Amino acid sequence: MTNYFVLAGILIVVAGFALRLNPMLVVSAAALATGLIAGKSPIEVISLLGKAFNDNRIIAIVWIVLPVVGLLERFGLQQRAARLIRAMKAATAGRLLLVYLIFRQGTSALGLTSIAGHAQTVRPLVAPMALAAAEKQHGELEEASAERVKSFSAATDNIGLFFGEDIFIAIGSIVLIQATLAGAGYNLRPLDLAVWAIPTAICATLIHSFRLLRLDRSLRRRLI
Amino acid sequence: MITIQWAYSLAGLMFAAFALLSALDRTNRKRFGNAAFWGLMAMSLLGGDAFARLPALNLTQLGGSLYLAGPELANLLNGLLVLALAALAGFGALGRSAPATTSEGERETWSHQLGNKLFLPALIIPATALAGTLLYKYTPLGTMGWIEDKRETYIFLCLGALLALLVLHAWLKPPASASLQEGRRLIDAIGWAAVLPQMLAALGAVFAAAGVGTVIGEMTGAVIPEGSVFLTVLVYALGMAMFTMIMGNAFAAFPVMASAIGVPLLIQAYGGNPAVIGAIGMLAGFCGTLMTPMAANFNLVPAALLELKDQNGVIKAQVGTAIPLLLVNIALIYFLAF
Repeated sequence: MTNYFVLAGILIVVAGFALRLNPMLVVSAAALATGLIAGKSPIEVISLLGKAFNDNRIIAIVWIVLPVVGLLERFGLQQRAARLIRAMKAATAGRLLLVYLIFRQGTSALGLTSIAGHAQTVRPLVAPMALAAAEKQHGELEEASAERVKSFSAATDNIGLFFGEDIFIAIGSIVLIQATLAGAGYNLRPLDLAVWAIPTAICATLIHSFRLLRLDRSLRRRLI
Repeated sequence: MITIQWAYSLAGLMFAAFALLSALDRTNRKRFGNAAFWGLMAMSLLGGDAFARLPALNLTQLGGSLYLAGPELANLLNGLLVLALAALAGFGALGRSAPATTSEGERETWSHQLGNKLFLPALIIPATALAGTLLYKYTPLGTMGWIEDKRETYIFLCLGALLALLVLHAWLKPPASASLQEGRRLIDAIGWAAVLPQMLAALGAVFAAAGVGTVIGEMTGAVIPEGSVFLTVLVYALGMAMFTMIMGNAFAAFPVMASAIGVPLLIQAYGGNPAVIGAIGMLAGFCGTLMTPMAANFNLVPAALLELKDQNGVIKAQVGTAIPLLLVNIALIYFLAF
């Protein structure tokens, strides 16, 4: 008998995010409700949460770069990055992010996913450079436009990472696909799977590049 | 051997320092809330595994029915730690601090004086991670087993961070505590969002144990009309994207969708190419990751890190790429697999 009530946790999450309640509380409530509805004891549910949290501590390691990033900011790295971009005649926010997209996708395809990222590169370098390029071209940006340029900087990092990493054979998602299909009796080599990530990767580059170049145009239109 | 625990411990010591500096910061009205929050993170990173070595918790002698020892007790303590983090964040115990740093004007002056040399220490971290990983993989160094398998990039990332700190302190001679105070300035700007990705991973584990995936798989399986390859591909790819949006992670969605639709229908009933269906199905899920606040480390953390007013700004910038790309993936599966 399927217990449809276990889906209550999903409703709690969706409602909680929609009502803008604090996500930490929403997630805890959803986890406790789902576990209890599935017939587990409170101690079992809390233990399950604890084990998974502990098993995923690797996510927290990237914060180790914060003291370096903060110290570099103290000595004007963001200002320096902006100045460098202002000196480049051809630089626009869109073109700069396009170059970063290709760099991020290329290095991810080689398995080098942790060398860049939101803390490592986007906050200290990419976002200030993109902002400086936009300001050089269009003068002082109003807040909404500055927010868009920063959002696109982060978005470009994600898209480069997601649609580059699957070309690399030893990445977690390829291993997962391979293991899942092997369980169903289809034994594939990681390389067989990785090559099929290439068509999507090319389309991702084309679609996002097009949007980045349109970002330049839309910034120009807003400010005239 | 250098294990990943070394990296956890280093990060744990950093969070412990953030906690201590928070507690001493009289300018922050909520300093003890911050100290408790980062202190718990430090405890998790330093001692998350070591909890298993505590003496057993035995309530049976007192008439209770509870006996927990070793890993079981560690899981419970880690779980209580998680709830404490959520309570501190959820009930507003954290306040943003303002540690002393340089002014905008001072930064302009420094950047003028130091010139492009300032980029060199910024490149130490990625360069160390890159060179270290490549050296370890492609030279005999890797065969010596100095570093835990598959964890070398993280270890070199930490090493790069330490090297960069050393160089910056030797070159620019900031006050000794400056790097930790500057780090605290940034972590307080991010706040609880720094911990949310781990919370969501934990939620995913509870969902999996409660059988949420099986229920979703059955429901999607039930809506497919028989005999239409295209509609089956459509439900498979959209299901991957939507289930990924709910779980915040394509990894959780893939086994469910593969066992509900991918393998029995697309591969076995319609004879599709398993490699295409597996690989591009996963990428359809990645399109979902771009569109959900549940993928906090990709979508909400950068919004906090870039100090965006709109928490969903990054998602809004991504939707315009994610939707066309999802359509492309549906077409690719349909034309390449059959």
